[in-house]
Amino acid sequence: MGSRRENPIDTRLREIMARGEHALIGYMVAGYPDERTCLDVAIAMIDGGVDILEIGIPFSDPIADGPTIQRASYIALSNGITPLKAFNIAKSIKDASDTPLVAMTYYNIVYRLGVERFIAMAKEHGIDGLIVPDLTYEEADDAIRVAHMHDMDLIFLVAPNTSDERLNMIAGVSKGFLYLVSVYGTTGERDRFYDYTTNAIRRVKGMIMGRVPLAVGFGISRKEHARVMIDAGADAIVVGSAFINLMEKSKDGKDSMLIDIRQLACELKQATRSV
Amino acid sequence: MRLKHYPIDGRFGRFGGRYVPETLIPALEELEKAYMDARDDKDFKKDLEYYLKHYAGRPTQLYHAKNLSDAVGGAGIYLKREDLLHGGAHKINNTIGQALLARRMGKERVIAETGAGQHGVATAMACAALGLRCEIYMGAKDAERQRLNVFRMELLGAKVNRVYSGSQTLKDAINEALRDWITNVKNTYYLLGSVVGPHPYPMMVRDFQSVIGREIRKQCMNVIGGMPDAIVACVGGGSNAMGTFYEFLDSKVDLYGVEAGGHGLASKEHSATLCAGSEGVLHGMLTYLLQDENGQIMDTHSIAAGLDYPGVGPEHAFLKSIERVKYVSVTDDEAVDAFMNLAKYEGIIPALEAAHAVAYTMRIAKDYGNDASIVVTLSGRGDKDVEVVKRYLEERSSSHG
Ligand SMILES: Cc1ncc(COP(=O)(O)O)c(C=O)c1O
Repeated sequence: MGSRRENPIDTRLREIMARGEHALIGYMVAGYPDERTCLDVAIAMIDGGVDILEIGIPFSDPIADGPTIQRASYIALSNGITPLKAFNIAKSIKDASDTPLVAMTYYNIVYRLGVERFIAMAKEHGIDGLIVPDLTYEEADDAIRVAHMHDMDLIFLVAPNTSDERLNMIAGVSKGFLYLVSVYGTTGERDRFYDYTTNAIRRVKGMIMGRVPLAVGFGISRKEHARVMIDAGADAIVVGSAFINLMEKSKDGKDSMLIDIRQLACELKQATRSV
Repeated sequence: MRLKHYPIDGRFGRFGGRYVPETLIPALEELEKAYMDARDDKDFKKDLEYYLKHYAGRPTQLYHAKNLSDAVGGAGIYLKREDLLHGGAHKINNTIGQALLARRMGKERVIAETGAGQHGVATAMACAALGLRCEIYMGAKDAERQRLNVFRMELLGAKVNRVYSGSQTLKDAINEALRDWITNVKNTYYLLGSVVGPHPYPMMVRDFQSVIGREIRKQCMNVIGGMPDAIVACVGGGSNAMGTFYEFLDSKVDLYGVEAGGHGLASKEHSATLCAGSEGVLHGMLTYLLQDENGQIMDTHSIAAGLDYPGVGPEHAFLKSIERVKYVSVTDDEAVDAFMNLAKYEGIIPALEAAHAVAYTMRIAKDYGNDASIVVTLSGRGDKDVEVVKRYLEERSSSHG
């Protein structure tokens, strides 16, 4: 095998961090609010400043997600979204923008299609990374091997209660970035965070020892939150439910919804830029 | 390798494992360690034996259903009377065991899922007896269908949380219980109701239920004078069946697991996961599932609420793959007929879940011949089902009329 090109996620994060900035990772659900509009949503998020876009491929039983993403997944599935359609949505986004794309889904969706087929197809459709919240380190041998073959960044999650020993192992295999779940709980907007979150960020950052960038997500919805995470040591923040809540609340039609989304992305991006 | 030695590293062959969000890994490791510790502890075993005997009502009888055997013809049919336990089902074997473990671990709050309400009631009972705080998750649709069981749980001191997500049934109640556990992982014990979920649950629940099979073996020596020829149990998640089979896995006894055929396997309205499903990952385990071609979990159906689940315990998936247990299905119609036959011939009203096992036993009794003996686990009593059966019979007679 010849020398391979750097994965777009690695390139993007390296460039942002070289400028002394931090990255904004935005999450959307493929097929929400519908198959066409979600493309416009993606573009609005990117226009507003999202550096990396996470595309959720809905699963009927999303145990790591709170009510907001559960509702969006349910609607997307009712709209007939399938993994293949989600891949096609990713391809359309990739055709319109060079923003790195990360697929997020549950392991049964990957397993059903076949780990090899899922990852090969995702890569063909312009997806650069994969997050599977219910795929633990112990069960991931196959996925790690196949992802490496296809230059797919397999991104692992850690939690505030993950032991130092596990953290060290997981940081050693996570590609692209390591995803720290900020809270005990599921996805969904939070009003406030506790000290255990910032303590966890500092501890994880120390354990990583520069091997991989650190992204923090779950519950972040405001620029003040973003600052707190970044000040504690996060290289990137992930925002999802806040965008979906905006879409649910939007009453004045699609155009104003897209403006709101761009505005939120813009505000959050500002927070990751300034020091 | 003896079959009783599984799981190995949390797996039954390739099935089982631990597919959960990272937040739960420390909790599952803590649970596994606490359980292995308790399993070998004299005081824990003494407590468990005490409560099983004096509170739950063990041992349960092995009863020769002579009238039914004569009416069907062929093998002698023996009923393992788990329906006589406190609460009316085998569920209490597991809830007592796990509630004792929760107390030993110093967890002050217990959560559990329930479908029809049987496991919720058994959990509420065990928690009341042991002084533990208890919250039950129940699909909103199930809570509506089983309003009396909601009230029973509340009488027993439990808080019942209705779940409005997804199909609003058992699988969604498990999802919500897992989300609660992720949120309150430090002080909360998740008391799972069947041999499903991430390791160590399938092993631990099997161990607590395996008292059923151990008693059967001993009682068979006295009642039949040897080993039975076949053993039959119904399979929802698979706990009463695993508890029944485990003692006999390394023997030559024929084992049958009976799934809910609903309106027939061709109708897609059933819960026969092993007979008609495919491999996948749900609720933390690799096992057989009822799912569509994209991996979305399907809605299931059975007249027996306790069998109405789109997954199945990973040890059953393993026993199917090595063909040690034969998995079969029985329709709603056949189960209702068996329900009525057992009531008529023996004066015993079985749970509709258990009626599936009785129906299959009646189907094979002739094939085994007059000298053979078949043990069937009567996992619960049918008081909870009389209304459902009444309605079913009315609809059946009007559609035939
Ligand atoms: C009486 C009875 N039998 C069987 C079952 C099915 O569960 P399992 O397959 O875990 O024994 C239930 C579940 O509620 C039940 O109440």
